[in-house]
Amino acid sequence: MTSMAILTIFALSIFVGFEVVSKVSTTLHTPLMSGANAIHGIILVGAIMVADGATNTLETTLAILAVLLATINMVGGFVVTDRMLEMFKGKPKVKKAEAGEAAK
Amino acid sequence: MNKNIYELLGLVVALSFILALKGLSAPKTARRGNLIGAAGATLATVVVFFAPLGKDSMGMAKTHHNTLLILVAVAVGVLVGVPAARKIQMTQMPQLVALFNGVGGGAAALVATAEYLNLGADASTAEVVATVFTVIVGCTSFSGSVVTFLKLQELMTTRPVVFPGGRFVIAATLAGVLGTGGWTIASGGNTPLLIMGGLALLFGVLFVLPVGGADVPIVISLLNAFTGLTVAASGYVLQSTLLIVAGTLVGASGTILTRKMAEAMGRSLFGTLFGAFTAKPQEATGAAETRSVKSGSPDDVAILLNYAQRVVVVPGFGLAVAQAQHTVRELADLLSAKGIDVAYGIHPVAGRMPGHMNVLLAEANVPYEQLVEMDEVNPTFPQTDVVLVVGANDVVNPAAKTTPGCPIYGMPILDVSEAGNVIFLKRSMRPGFAGIENELLYDAKTTLLFGDAKDSLTKVVNALKAL
Repeated sequence: MTSMAILTIFALSIFVGFEVVSKVSTTLHTPLMSGANAIHGIILVGAIMVADGATNTLETTLAILAVLLATINMVGGFVVTDRMLEMFKGKPKVKKAEAGEAAK
Repeated sequence: MNKNIYELLGLVVALSFILALKGLSAPKTARRGNLIGAAGATLATVVVFFAPLGKDSMGMAKTHHNTLLILVAVAVGVLVGVPAARKIQMTQMPQLVALFNGVGGGAAALVATAEYLNLGADASTAEVVATVFTVIVGCTSFSGSVVTFLKLQELMTTRPVVFPGGRFVIAATLAGVLGTGGWTIASGGNTPLLIMGGLALLFGVLFVLPVGGADVPIVISLLNAFTGLTVAASGYVLQSTLLIVAGTLVGASGTILTRKMAEAMGRSLFGTLFGAFTAKPQEATGAAETRSVKSGSPDDVAILLNYAQRVVVVPGFGLAVAQAQHTVRELADLLSAKGIDVAYGIHPVAGRMPGHMNVLLAEANVPYEQLVEMDEVNPTFPQTDVVLVVGANDVVNPAAKTTPGCPIYGMPILDVSEAGNVIFLKRSMRPGFAGIENELLYDAKTTLLFGDAKDSLTKVVNALKAL
């Protein structure tokens, strides 16, 4: 891959990242942070790639430790985010409308 | 596996992460978004085992190594991560997220280090720079997250830790990190990288120590964005478009999220990170502590509530700690049955993180329509007869408006002092998480009910039933 292609991907990803979360409501800050946290657990793929190509004991040890940590990050992250979101169940729409009335 | 198919699947995974973040930004689609992300991550993890391997420098086809070991490590990771995520009390969830973030940062640093060793002298300068970046930021994120965990778990003080000359020590450590980074880039070799990693770990600790407990969520979010960038940088070293895209997405969205969180708390990011160095020492609170407070019995509180027209409950972290969500709901139901207007005033950072309290109350089946956000509940306080503050302190502390220089100055608060009566349910006179004295406790319209929140509420409920 050329450096230019990588730079393009990088720059476009930054803008997509800014754009997709620009309208998040305060209520969802915590789950969104947790979800993003789970997504960077994708370093697991990198860890597996390195472990797969490791040729000596030191590299293997470091890479396998990375696989372990990355798995905890990824799997734990998605599960805990799901637990948080389980409690939302799409009701906040009702909440907004009625909260408005209560404020009157 | 065919190389094109492999890369196409990587693209599918990258898109699933974009959809995941998009979904997570709206309540209706949040859960689905998270599941899409999880599906994408699972797909990526399975596919990487079938990655096409290139040829090595001798022109021989490479072979897979360590497959069994990798599978065992993944299995152990699942066995550790899933039960931790399932069994954690919702009150302790923020520190678990901090830990997950930390291990992710640590994993990125390890990946970069292992690949650096593997490449040896073959590494290009750009690759070494990316490695140095990943190890520095990954190590900082790891040790910083561990300190935030210790703070939130209250295994160490939640107050800002500042020692004489602290800022010079931090500056010196940072200079050391950057210096050894330059050394690594210039000379290669393993020793500079090792020293640099050690200094970066130290820097992470020093970086988070001066941050006050109430600001820790912002720091977690910032470290989360950092970890994203390390993943992107290791993606560059490993020539993986997927890692570059996913890491950059998290880095960018995490930065925006950090800013939004800081805004919701009325804090500048700079003030959060460096406030402890610039803030004036707090004025002596000795004078305040000798003043008398008005404490009441559960019966007094029940009578106040019984003759109110409108009651607003302000829940805080203390409510969650005492597991009093269900009791407070029982009380609210009882008051509603008497025709009293009941609402919950939710501060954006009630609990430990933005939105944390909504999650906790939803768990106790409190109806959503009674949860009113700060901007909507504040104008209603003058028409409110009784405010019941359950285990909250900093979010109703007028010092945020009146005392420039105190750690929470500028944070928007719930204006409960506008209401007719304020009842504080507190365990003791101990100040809140941010460690600041609350003037409101000494106000004439304030009644204090000491004791465990759940215990006190049960007594109030019984007294109310007896009336």
